[in-house]
Amino acid sequence: MANSNLAFAALADPTRREVFERLAQRPQAVGELAERLPVSRPAVSQHLKVLKEAGLVTDRPDGARRVYQIDPKGLGQIRAWLDQFWDEALEAFRAEVESDVEEGTKGR
Amino acid sequence: MNQIIKPAAIRKSFTVRAGRERAWEVFTASFGKWWPKTHYIGDSPLTDAVIEPRVGGRWYGIHEDGVERPWGQVRVWDPPGRLVLDWQISHEWGYRSDLHTDVEVIFTAVGEAETRIDFEHRGLEAFGDSEAAANTRAGMDRGWGLILDSFKAEAGG
Repeated sequence: MANSNLAFAALADPTRREVFERLAQRPQAVGELAERLPVSRPAVSQHLKVLKEAGLVTDRPDGARRVYQIDPKGLGQIRAWLDQFWDEALEAFRAEVESDVEEGTKGR
Repeated sequence: MNQIIKPAAIRKSFTVRAGRERAWEVFTASFGKWWPKTHYIGDSPLTDAVIEPRVGGRWYGIHEDGVERPWGQVRVWDPPGRLVLDWQISHEWGYRSDLHTDVEVIFTAVGEAETRIDFEHRGLEAFGDSEAAANTRAGMDRGWGLILDSFKAEAGG
């Protein structure tokens, strides 16, 4: 919910999502990404900056260039899984609490 | 540079139509009634789930094979206001003694008949330090569909 929004907002742009999906296949530098996408290298850099701020990718120096990759420990994926799981579990809790209330309410 | 991503805590806030005592009671004493039966450890289906009502107590699942499988410990037991559980379950639904993350639930009365629930699951970076991380890496050839599915559900819903 609320604090997934930064990541979700980052993925809302189709080109940015494409950049993310390409990095999910393997780590790459800006130049490699730009070669295979119909956008300029500065545009790719800008997308990477947004993805990095959203916590979806990290970067590391590799000689003169920077290589970008998705979170190497898979924490973003675990977090997304838990986020969905808790939505489901807490909704079940809410339903249980409110059904108890209704059972205990006369005249329903 | 920033090599390891520290995931933000998962936070959920919502209001239930029930007094605080009842909300606490359902969350804890009736835990097994609402916990999704789809989520459990091991091969034997879940029949019940229990939070022991004390600090240092366990929370665990009870299964058709009669075995109790631990999920972690109760860290804070402060009825009817605050509960903290040590979540020691990997994302692949296995208990990991080396994994510690906090699940905190705060119950705040909103008038007589409603309760606000502030839920937080934090310390998720611990998943990166345990064996769970290795399992995740092994599972990553399935791709990153989950986070994207999650995005689609949120954005497209």
